[in-house]
Amino acid sequence: MNTLFGNFFKKANTGFWPVLIALAFLLIGTFSVYQSPRSLAAFLILMSTPLILYFMKMNMKVKVFIGLMLIVIILPVLGIRNIFYLEVIFQMAVFAALALGLNIVIGMAGLLDLGYVAFYAVGAYSWAIFGSKQLSLLYSVPGAAPADAPFALDPRWFWLFLFLGVGLAAITGILLGLPVLRLKGDYLAIVTLGFGEVIRVLALNLDKPINLTNGPQGITPIQRPPLPPESILQFFRDILEPFVGHVPTDAEFYNVFFYFLALIIIAIAILVATRLEDSRIGRAWTAIREDETAAIAMGIPLVKMKLAAFAAGASFAGAMGALYAANRTFVSPETFSFLQSIGVLTMVILGGLGSIPGVIFGAAAVVLLNIQILQNFSLYLSELRQSDAVIPIINFAWKDLSNQLDPAKYQKLVFGLILILMMIFRPSGLIPAERRKRELVEEKE
Amino acid sequence: MKSITENPVYKFLLFPIGQILIFALGASVVLSLVTVLLAFIFKFNVTDFDLVERTMLILPQVVINGVTIGFVYATIALGYTMVYGVLEFINFSHSEIFMVGGIVGIQLMAYFEHIGTLATMNEYLVIALAIILAMVVSGSLAVVVERLAYKPLRGAPKLVPLISAIGMSFFLQDIVRLILSLTTGEFNVILPKFGTFDEFWKLAVPGMEDPLRIQIKSAIMVGVAVLMLVGLNYLVNGTKVGKAIRAVAQDRPSASLMGINVNQIISITFLVGGTLGGAAGVLFALKATKLDPFSGFFPGLKAFTSAVLGGIGNLTGALLGGLVLGLLESFAASYLGIFTNGAFGAEYKDIFAFAILILVLIFRPSGLLGQTVGQKA
Repeated sequence: MNTLFGNFFKKANTGFWPVLIALAFLLIGTFSVYQSPRSLAAFLILMSTPLILYFMKMNMKVKVFIGLMLIVIILPVLGIRNIFYLEVIFQMAVFAALALGLNIVIGMAGLLDLGYVAFYAVGAYSWAIFGSKQLSLLYSVPGAAPADAPFALDPRWFWLFLFLGVGLAAITGILLGLPVLRLKGDYLAIVTLGFGEVIRVLALNLDKPINLTNGPQGITPIQRPPLPPESILQFFRDILEPFVGHVPTDAEFYNVFFYFLALIIIAIAILVATRLEDSRIGRAWTAIREDETAAIAMGIPLVKMKLAAFAAGASFAGAMGALYAANRTFVSPETFSFLQSIGVLTMVILGGLGSIPGVIFGAAAVVLLNIQILQNFSLYLSELRQSDAVIPIINFAWKDLSNQLDPAKYQKLVFGLILILMMIFRPSGLIPAERRKRELVEEKE
Repeated sequence: MKSITENPVYKFLLFPIGQILIFALGASVVLSLVTVLLAFIFKFNVTDFDLVERTMLILPQVVINGVTIGFVYATIALGYTMVYGVLEFINFSHSEIFMVGGIVGIQLMAYFEHIGTLATMNEYLVIALAIILAMVVSGSLAVVVERLAYKPLRGAPKLVPLISAIGMSFFLQDIVRLILSLTTGEFNVILPKFGTFDEFWKLAVPGMEDPLRIQIKSAIMVGVAVLMLVGLNYLVNGTKVGKAIRAVAQDRPSASLMGINVNQIISITFLVGGTLGGAAGVLFALKATKLDPFSGFFPGLKAFTSAVLGGIGNLTGALLGGLVLGLLESFAASYLGIFTNGAFGAEYKDIFAFAILILVLIFRPSGLLGQTVGQKA
């Protein structure tokens, strides 16, 4: 069975077949999502196009062209047509950037960071505090804020804070790293976990003595950077109207705008990560990951390199945090729970430690699983519950199924299972890193 | 002289109990003195009332609370530290094993209440039954978890079993939640009211106006925990199995060459750790009176902190670490608010443990007593 499929794959992977298959998936996917915006299968077909692009042999230029078509044109247009997909692809982009950052820390340098979301929180709260009315409310009790308090800064300051978020998160990473990086893997895991909790508890409780974070209620509204000028928007409105069936609203433009911002950050993240991978620093990280003692013996400045990994990983989270705060116009401590850290870890593990395409795939897969597949499954179960259907052999009526069985609420179970199964059966991930592939090839010879 | 130290009654009963007493008293006295000193220092900060007087007034109660919770932490910490000693691996899912023990114990009591015998049964018998059932369930669960999620990964790089353990921890949380909500429709379990545990023993102490109030619950918690600790001490230092555990912890390959079945010993280690965790779960449930599938997380982390504080891999260290951490937390919860005039309060007590963990790891990574298993570079 396996060889049959393998042969088939080999045959399909020659000549112009790959291009045809990729285009077919792209077109069928686009068409079916366009026709039935609620269908999960249609969206899955469309989202498997990047996988085909990655796995099949074709001209690099063609690959890039098809990929850009999908990411830059098709997804945003479909997203405006059905606002839900815009949310899905935005979340994919955010988590892909987070996973890329965590991948530097865990995958490249081998430091298990269980509090990664803390850096995300630092980025988010830095813009949340300065980009909202919070600075004028420092001395008021949460919940009893005067309605006419002014915003502290002009929304255009967001661009500065995008960079400040990077810097602040990197500094936080270094501050955390300085004391704990002497520790080996398992202690480091616990300390970073603790640090993540510390940041969350601080966000939860710093509404007194001065009201910095507004406590559990979170900060809202947070300003968004201004959209491009009206003339450009009008141009897009005219173009998009026939395709999406209605005049795109400003809210939809904002979502597309943030999606593209996230894409730019991902592009930078990919660029930095790939350049780092085979650079001096990247090789030093690999050496530290494989054998710390040997790395020291080779003259690698251990603490400096570990700090660099922490800071580099943290900075992506910082940028994404600021972006997230502006997109949601709301931050609250619950966004930055331990579950989120483990979610990002699951993405990295699922895709493949140290593998850049792997972690992006992992992020996309987990987000899809989380907000689409599990939700759909829940809906399906509740439909079954309302029907008169019976499971044939054991004679169990769906009606009797407890309504506590709601797969969408059991993220932890799914994350946990993914982590355990991946570790036991495929510790290098679904799309293993180039380096591990190289290692495997060498072993075979 | 030699005959006394070799006497089993001394070695396995008097010495460990004496040690526990010394640790509990010593830690309480030292921390109390530090707190009173701090009270004198912070006196200027508080103008509404006399800080020193207020501090002295609640001190005995704070110490009792701290020691009680400290014993629970110590009992959980032993599970972490034993596994670490043998496998050099943080058993992340131990906090869930502990939580399962607590929930099973409460469910047993709820079952007795359901069939109507809870009120007529001897209250101590109920608690003993709950603890025994929790020990059996948690112990077996720990062994099963080890077989399924850790054993296939033995020999893999260190991160691999650790990530698997984190996954297992999450998996157990939600599986317990799923089972509870499918069977009872709710995932909070509440301790049924029975017996006289919430009442206080009043001990008149000469020189104090109010008598010292000790909740019967606290006495039970301390009593059971001490029993467990003494039992564990006997198991590890007085039996053949204990000798094998120590041998495997020291040098696994050599131990296996000496004819010790390493896999079996590792299973036994998990069994013992899980058993202790289960008992601690019921004790914790007595105090918390309400558990949910996620309530193992923080006690578990604090117990781990205790293990590191005492020196991970070191059984005596786990005991001392647990007591110190329990006391520190109790002090922080009670005094942080008073000393800072309400700026910081008890809500920081959960992260207090982490602050201590980080400080310990920076300044003394091998822990207070740790010379047994340091960090191997």
